[in-house]
Amino acid sequence: MTQFVLKNHLDPQAVCLRVKAPNADAVIGVLADRLAAIGVVAQTWKAAAIAREAAMPTGLPLADDFAVAVPHTDPEHVLRAGLAVATLETPVAFRSMDDPDATVPARVVFAIALRDKHAQIDMLQTIAGLLQSPEQLTRMASAKDSDEFFAALDQALEPIGGGEQ
Amino acid sequence: MKIKRVLVACGTAVATSTVVATAIEEEMKARGIKVVTQQCKATEVPGLVQNVDLVVSTTPVPDNLPRPTIVTLAFLTGVGKKEVIEKIAQYLRD
Repeated sequence: MTQFVLKNHLDPQAVCLRVKAPNADAVIGVLADRLAAIGVVAQTWKAAAIAREAAMPTGLPLADDFAVAVPHTDPEHVLRAGLAVATLETPVAFRSMDDPDATVPARVVFAIALRDKHAQIDMLQTIAGLLQSPEQLTRMASAKDSDEFFAALDQALEPIGGGEQ
Repeated sequence: MKIKRVLVACGTAVATSTVVATAIEEEMKARGIKVVTQQCKATEVPGLVQNVDLVVSTTPVPDNLPRPTIVTLAFLTGVGKKEVIEKIAQYLRD
């Protein structure tokens, strides 16, 4: 069930593999362009998400050398709920959500476009569940193509989908 | 037992605090602790803190708040989650 929810929101066109980006703003820019191209967010989302990341960073350290980031911003820039994912060719420093003075090496970045927090709780919980499967996340991070990426995503979601939902 | 109020803060009050609030509600219910959660932006915490028993935030909040405050990413990353849930339960049982 939950698995279905995430796949509904993740357009294959919004999966950007092995992105080469010099910094966090550039990663958010790539994801913002994809989300805008598929009609999930308005053109204003990019600047808003970059500004929000500067003020309230979203880096999440999962292990010593493996972090993710979950950039997002206010619903007014969102046209419909959706998600974009980037895996990074080399880790990009994002500042940590709980300690903005520290940076963490992000390998996977989920850009989350939300309109209504209660309607999208399934998507959010699924992403949180995904962050708690570090092995599958590592596989997603090193996927060479879309098939490998979605295979790793499927495996990561299996235990979540079969859990409480 | 009195219903306890937990203020759950994050950057936008939309995404991460929703995950945290839902997890706290479920975990406390499983322990027989009655809670209501309220979500807010971290910047709104000082104005709302008087009405709650505990603040849980994923992002830094001002020092010296008049209520116990926990800053944690555990509900998002899973790292140290059990310990944080027990800590929250402890605060709310008192």
